[in-house]
Amino acid sequence: MRETAVRNVPDLPASDWMRPLPPATRVAFQGGPAARAAAAQAFPLPDAQAVCRARRDGDRAGLWLGPDECLLIAPATTAAGALLGALRSAIGATAHSLVDVSHRQVGIEVRGPHAERLLNGACPLDLSLDRFPVDMCTRTVFAKAEIVLWRTDEQQFRVEVWRSFAPYTAALLQEIARDYVG
Amino acid sequence: MLLIPCPHCGERPEIEFTYGGEAHLVRPADPSTLDDAAWADYLYMRSNTKGVHAERWRHARGCGRFFNALRDTTTDQFLASYRIGEPKPAIPTGDPR
Repeated sequence: MRETAVRNVPDLPASDWMRPLPPATRVAFQGGPAARAAAAQAFPLPDAQAVCRARRDGDRAGLWLGPDECLLIAPATTAAGALLGALRSAIGATAHSLVDVSHRQVGIEVRGPHAERLLNGACPLDLSLDRFPVDMCTRTVFAKAEIVLWRTDEQQFRVEVWRSFAPYTAALLQEIARDYVG
Repeated sequence: MLLIPCPHCGERPEIEFTYGGEAHLVRPADPSTLDDAAWADYLYMRSNTKGVHAERWRHARGCGRFFNALRDTTTDQFLASYRIGEPKPAIPTGDPR
């Protein structure tokens, strides 16, 4: 069941400004400063003080979602079980929570000169580069869907949305895009 | 759209938040020793302030944390926000309107 859900990314439209991202391994981490520091030995994690920032190491990234919460994203070639095991052994007995949520959500990439405006069609945050710089990330809303938004480059965003909301999010992006891209 | 200052994330749009009612209500340590009136007072009676009100908010579609805020109920202006566990700040003086 889980494997099917991880492999089968919903059939979303792809174009030069938007594309569904390939399957990924995702882990939800919760824990205090001690657990976070220990977990950072095994995976790139932002400091608790690095509010709304992602820390990248190659193709792995840890996203700050809250003072005691992170979303870990790794390529699908990283087995979730192995990643969880490495994190658990790094953290040890310190209180924490690690959950494999690979199948829970899908990634959508929005890019190009209109990326900010396309997302602002349904997301109320100020996405200008000085207020939402590269590698800023946050949980927020996209119309009626809850998303995690991560600016991966000046004109490129990664949207992480729960898979049942993905068709809605993609369709709304297409609708908004009619004002900007033909 | 109203901007609400989250003590963790900074100013964020209102629709990311959920309201949590009046702040600084302490649950009686041993409810079974209370009479009905005192228990009902804890459960239902709120200050219904006109003016500066201390209240709980949750940044539900953001960092997920509960926090407390001071809001003027007549103007909807947020005067301060502070983390759970921190004391209620002094009410800023002067007329914010």
